[in-house]
Amino acid sequence: MPETSKKSLKSPVHPLDDLLRTDRIPHIWCSGCGTGTAFSSTLTAIKGSGLELDSVVMVSGIGCSGRAAGYIKLDSYHTTHGRAIPFATGMKLANPKLNVIVFSGDGDLFAIGGNHFIHAARRNMDITVICVNNLNYGMTGGQAAATTPFLAKTSTTTVGNPEAPFNLPLLAYASGATYIARWTILHTRDLTNSIIEALNKKGFSFIEVLSPCPVNYGRRNKEKSLDTLKLYQEKGIIKNNSNPADTDIDFEKGIILGKFVDVDRATCIENYDKTCRLV
Amino acid sequence: MKPAVLTGAHYITGDEACAEGALAAGCKFFGGYPITPATEVAERMSERLPEVGGTFIQMEDEIAAMASILGASCAGVKSMTATSGPGFSLMMENIGLGIVTETPCVVVNVQRAGPSTGLPTMGAQADMMQAKWGSHGDYEIIALAPSSPQEIFYQTITAFNLSETYRLPVLIMTDEIVGHMSEKVVIPDAKDINILSRITPKGRKDNFKPFKPGPNGIAPMPAAGDGYKVHFTGLTHDEKGYPVMTVEAQAIMMDHLMNKIRNNLDKIILTEEYRMDDAEIVIVSYGVSTRTSLAAVDEARKLGIKAGLFRLITVWPFPEEQIRQIAKRVKGFITVELNLGQIHYEVQRCAGYRVPSYLVGHPGGTIISPDEVIKVLKEAF
Repeated sequence: MPETSKKSLKSPVHPLDDLLRTDRIPHIWCSGCGTGTAFSSTLTAIKGSGLELDSVVMVSGIGCSGRAAGYIKLDSYHTTHGRAIPFATGMKLANPKLNVIVFSGDGDLFAIGGNHFIHAARRNMDITVICVNNLNYGMTGGQAAATTPFLAKTSTTTVGNPEAPFNLPLLAYASGATYIARWTILHTRDLTNSIIEALNKKGFSFIEVLSPCPVNYGRRNKEKSLDTLKLYQEKGIIKNNSNPADTDIDFEKGIILGKFVDVDRATCIENYDKTCRLV
Repeated sequence: MKPAVLTGAHYITGDEACAEGALAAGCKFFGGYPITPATEVAERMSERLPEVGGTFIQMEDEIAAMASILGASCAGVKSMTATSGPGFSLMMENIGLGIVTETPCVVVNVQRAGPSTGLPTMGAQADMMQAKWGSHGDYEIIALAPSSPQEIFYQTITAFNLSETYRLPVLIMTDEIVGHMSEKVVIPDAKDINILSRITPKGRKDNFKPFKPGPNGIAPMPAAGDGYKVHFTGLTHDEKGYPVMTVEAQAIMMDHLMNKIRNNLDKIILTEEYRMDDAEIVIVSYGVSTRTSLAAVDEARKLGIKAGLFRLITVWPFPEEQIRQIAKRVKGFITVELNLGQIHYEVQRCAGYRVPSYLVGHPGGTIISPDEVIKVLKEAF
């Protein structure tokens, strides 16, 4: 065993501890849940981004992923269900020097908060939105979400989901997002690099992270946590620059991953300064 | 840059005076959504804020508008929104977030007749109980009720000062009639306007407790980016801002949220008296109905009825003790309000049925005539 590992066994220090409210650990996430992995990728990316740490703010909504704001040792705001994006919008407009990350779940961002998502993307608000997509409402016990696959079982669709899910990258693209990527929690290095890119990119950045929810979604759909990870491994197809219209999640045929969009467009604040402030 | 304080005499509407009051108070962010009869506040702010170095944004709905002003305030900027009934209903959840995270901001409700879409272009005062109880859970709130454009100007400044002092959303409960009325509004010199701002922390930044009350009972509030690494949550939390899911933590937090207002009633409650010295019958009123009531008092006096006006400037917190004291020396109360009985029941509760209490109410859409007050004065007493 290398010496560094021996040393780390003696004192329980993790390289990300300085960004964690360690007095709040253990966290609430279930074993096998992927939110913690997406969260640690985010912390690693914050460190690797080169951004001044005091300028980085995390805003979240309600749900399992929404609890991330309570664990990060930076200015962090755990808001109401679905409203993280408009809260973040006010924060960024009030102090454009802040680097605002919205870290929340699929239910929070795309059902109750869907309207705010499309409008923030349309305005090209200079924020980074990270969505942990576990295909259902985990916190409340596994109900159908706007991302639940057709025919998948949840506690409110026990015989199968009769509805079709959103294709989130396509929704983001149609709304005007300037950076769009999708990864799974198995692709932590790609995910971390994407978050670093997004944090350093001006404009509305969106990263979808597929993440297992073995306790609720997995249990009802005969998928153990490891099965989900194997699915990500076997069905994940990295295809950068894919047309977002072709990125519907199909667990049979394949899950398209990668960076799909990286374009430049004037941000909300730049356009406001150019038009409204010069009158 | 243009001045935030437009010193001088102006002939403007209540809505415009509200915007000017906000700017004079140092408001630098407005998140809005169009709604009659509050739209003119947003329109004025959209023109004026960029002139004074602030930012206006029209959000996608009132839920987002309310969330945006909380975010802006947490970034250290004085912020405001303005709406009317339907939008006020949509703001309720995030008003609760503002209360529990102790985030200062000002919410203007230019009331129109409801329920639902109601009479969009016609005034009412029927959201007064919603102002007190509209968001879920127990809380204390501060709500002001101006009765003229000049008063809106000053009360908007007062609203900002109270919100910054006590760290909570403060409501301005005006109405379509005052909001759309044009009158002379005199704006004083900037140096003559008393502006209060939140106390910000000094000293050590590690292990800072953003909800630990200072000597005045209110916790200093840093802005995002100041380096204090704060955590704000809508969950029940301790002084550090950390969620604590216990009966005890809930009791401690609620005690603080309630008592920071209840222990300062003498500093918060603003009322006005007119011909009250020898009054036997007291008219209680607020907002636009104050104008009706002033005329009714003078008319009653001409008829030999000893009427006086007890006018609420802050409707919430309710001046319970003042009403109790007045009840000891008068024959009765008449509450004049543009609804079917809201503050009337508060008056009745505080008068303790010691003396009779009547309502001169109205379903909304117009002002109440002084004659209707006189009629009740004559018949009831």
